[in-house]
Amino acid sequence: MAEHPARVERPLSPHLQIYRMTFTFVMSGFHRVTGIVTYGGFLLVVWWLVAAAAGPNEYAWVQWFFSTWIGRLVMFGFSWGLIHHSLGGVRHLIWDTGRGFEPHEREWLARATLIGSISLTLLAWIIGGFVMGGLR
Amino acid sequence: MKEKSIRTPLAKARGLGAAKSGTDHWWETRLTSIALLPLTFAGIVIVMAVVGSNHAATVQILGSPIVAIIMLLFIFATTYHMKLGAQAVIEDYIHSKPLKTALLIVNTFLCIFLWLACTFAILKLSFGV
Repeated sequence: MAEHPARVERPLSPHLQIYRMTFTFVMSGFHRVTGIVTYGGFLLVVWWLVAAAAGPNEYAWVQWFFSTWIGRLVMFGFSWGLIHHSLGGVRHLIWDTGRGFEPHEREWLARATLIGSISLTLLAWIIGGFVMGGLR
Repeated sequence: MKEKSIRTPLAKARGLGAAKSGTDHWWETRLTSIALLPLTFAGIVIVMAVVGSNHAATVQILGSPIVAIIMLLFIFATTYHMKLGAQAVIEDYIHSKPLKTALLIVNTFLCIFLWLACTFAILKLSFGV
């Protein structure tokens, strides 16, 4: 067998840790984080649907979990992550058209994503919880 | 690599990125994300409509044709998008090749399993068997 030549130590390009933390930088990372969080949160949707199909006894466990404060906290986090990732996706779709790259536009889009996701999550919980009676 | 080669720089560089390919993945991510904008909205509304109900009412709502069809589409687009997104994250951050390959396989299997489990559940609720 041919011998492997010694690995050449090539210079590496700078990575995350050398950059200053800017708002748009953090929000870019947050898009990935919310994507992964939502991946985990979707397991709850699967549990919910399979339990509903399995029968009343299995479904009672789901209802119990979502009536606990930890269950509600998890659902709140999941819903915020899902809504935030959706709005972040819209931001990416806008960028895909070649628009929204000016500094003030990027700042504005990042701010709108965060404020929008918090507002819509609270709105969904107010409607779902108090108007439609989910938090009885 | 020899100094003199008729291969273009592009041909040498192609396939050397973390993912080995790119445009299909990029396009499918966009396609599913566009589908998911209305579907996620509908999914949240359906959850909000069901959340205070007992089992019988939940089954009735989830099993009704319009809700079931929307949920089936929502679940397909979600699990497909999940597979693509987690794949990109694994490719970017996991540098050990055996671990990367193993996680990519687990990710694909898991997303297909989750899609099938939800689809089976909704069809079972719809057909009432």
